[in-house]
Amino acid sequence: MARASKRHKTAAARAFPQLKKAPSGIAGFDEIAGGGLPAGRPTIVCGGPGCGKTMFAMEFLIRGATEFGEPGVLMTFEETGDEMSRNVESLGFNLPSLVARKKLFLDYVRIEPSEIQETGEYDLEGLFVRLQNAVESVGAKRVVLDTVEAIFSGFANVGMLRAEIRRLFRWLKDRGLTTVITAERGEGTDLTRYGLEEYVSDCVVSLDHRVNDQISTRRMRIVKYRGSSHGTDEYPFLIDKKGFSVLPLSSIRLEHKVSKDRISSGVKDLDAMLEGKGFFKGSSILVSGTSGSGKSTLAAHFANETCRNGKRVLYIAFEESSAQVTRNMRSVGINLGQYIQKGLLQFRAWRPTQHGLEMHLLRIHDLVDEFNPQVVIVDPITNLISANLNEVHAMLIRLLDFLKDRKITAMFTTLTTNRGAEEQTEVGISSLTDTWILLRDLELNGERNRCLYVLKSRGMAHSNQIREFVLSRAGVHLLPAYLGSGTVYTGSARLAQEAREKTETLREQQRVEEKRKEFSARRNVLESQIAALRSELSSGEAEFARLIRRRNERQQRVALDREEMGKMRGVTPANQVVNS
Amino acid sequence: MRTPKVKAKPPKAPATGGATNATLELRLYVAGQTPKSLIALRNLKKICEEHLQGRYRLHVIDLVKTPQLAQDDQILAIPTLVRNLPQPIRKIIGDLSDTQRVLVGLDVRPETT
Repeated sequence: MARASKRHKTAAARAFPQLKKAPSGIAGFDEIAGGGLPAGRPTIVCGGPGCGKTMFAMEFLIRGATEFGEPGVLMTFEETGDEMSRNVESLGFNLPSLVARKKLFLDYVRIEPSEIQETGEYDLEGLFVRLQNAVESVGAKRVVLDTVEAIFSGFANVGMLRAEIRRLFRWLKDRGLTTVITAERGEGTDLTRYGLEEYVSDCVVSLDHRVNDQISTRRMRIVKYRGSSHGTDEYPFLIDKKGFSVLPLSSIRLEHKVSKDRISSGVKDLDAMLEGKGFFKGSSILVSGTSGSGKSTLAAHFANETCRNGKRVLYIAFEESSAQVTRNMRSVGINLGQYIQKGLLQFRAWRPTQHGLEMHLLRIHDLVDEFNPQVVIVDPITNLISANLNEVHAMLIRLLDFLKDRKITAMFTTLTTNRGAEEQTEVGISSLTDTWILLRDLELNGERNRCLYVLKSRGMAHSNQIREFVLSRAGVHLLPAYLGSGTVYTGSARLAQEAREKTETLREQQRVEEKRKEFSARRNVLESQIAALRSELSSGEAEFARLIRRRNERQQRVALDREEMGKMRGVTPANQVVNS
Repeated sequence: MRTPKVKAKPPKAPATGGATNATLELRLYVAGQTPKSLIALRNLKKICEEHLQGRYRLHVIDLVKTPQLAQDDQILAIPTLVRNLPQPIRKIIGDLSDTQRVLVGLDVRPETT
């Protein structure tokens, strides 16, 4: 029964009163670690040289002292307090001031094997005395030991050292000190060179600094976290002028507030395709197309329109410099320079190969923090897809989450190469975006023409038409879809088709005209024939009438003649036959 | 110079021989009355009396009482014997049970008479 209920609740494990956490204050880390490091327990941070172990530990300590009211003790075995102060100075941390204000206690443990002679038994009680003194003098809640393994180089008695380290960790735990112990990565699969993870079973964080294709990337992973749920992936992280940051927010949450407001794309005809209103504010737009299909131009229109409305735009270009883009966009009638001057448009151009993925992400992150834009344009995002699509995918998710969280409308352009490979890249990222505008080149009759269509746009009834996309000095226009006889015509083919249609109609008209003339001529002929016939007929009739009249006259005359003859002969004209 | 908890032998008459004529300034760091510390102290006293008659000064420092000194003097192992003078500083850790090593560590040639 208890078991059942427990299983029931694991789904909502977060609701459980969990292990107490000590927030590290390191951007992004606390989210992955479910709140921070285990409070009152030791954590091992391990990794190779230069991976950022010390930075992690320092930030944990300093943020604890400055932000969480937990004074700390820093015990270094490799660098002196001065060196340490200088190291973190660049991050804006002032160690001497913290020390002076009793927020921090520095103790540099110098181990010089050449000075030391061993005779007989000893232990490391001195270390405990120092630690105790340090903890008491500032009332420390946090301790950093960097790098405690150094004692292995100073003393010969390894058995004793191991026993002492075990005792040390016990000691720290008993006093409820949240401790970060840094350790060098061991050979092969060993997490640490001296197997310290054996003694610390609460939390182990592994840092990694690797170089892929000449680009360095830093990764972090929580190998183990007893009694707590945690992100198990490898997370990219960065160390820059703001310190240590794990990138940049976890992608666990999907709780962005959505907006019903619209933002114009800057191209009227395109807005018309999107319910006449444009994109949703805070949505993400993917513009994909082959090279030269007008992606950047579309992006520039969007930037232009947004700036025209007095909103800020961050334009990140990976291919062209700011000057180049502004010059080029002048050719389509867009003057971005004025907005740069007004401070509405911030252009950032850098080479995609300049940094690893996470550095890109963090730079964008930082720029957004600084500039607080309403629109971010990344042109093109494809250039980041150098090696691993999965990484890009992960990065994009993070970036999109971050931007959505801030209700920033994001437009990414992607370059698609040829028909086969394009699907893959696009599928990789297109599912993440809300609106997907596809630019296509249609090759027909010896020319290329640009076509545009809205492949998807979440949450609106967008047009399904393929429109011809024309770049002119006056900007982008979308010609209405030519719906001829079932096919889409573009460019000159479209003109040809239109001309063809025109001549066709003309010819038809001419034909009708001809027919009409022909017919009227024919009618004239026929009518004249009819007239002729009619006159013939009437002349026939007249003759016939004359004939009859003549015959009648003759008959009358014959009759008269007979009468007169009869009169003369005295005979009545009976039974006489008259030949006519 | 700090001389907190001092349990010293006053310097005696000038030395009659040895590697160096200079007076050795020795400090033994312990942390409370632990068995190891007691053994070390006993061993040290013995060595001093046998080999360093009159040319040493010894301070025993209990870090439990003056913990700050552990940091100031870079003490890690307990017990630690430090030769502060003459320079350079030398450290001998352990219970000092090996007399020869202690003497080598202190750079003192054992007296052979």
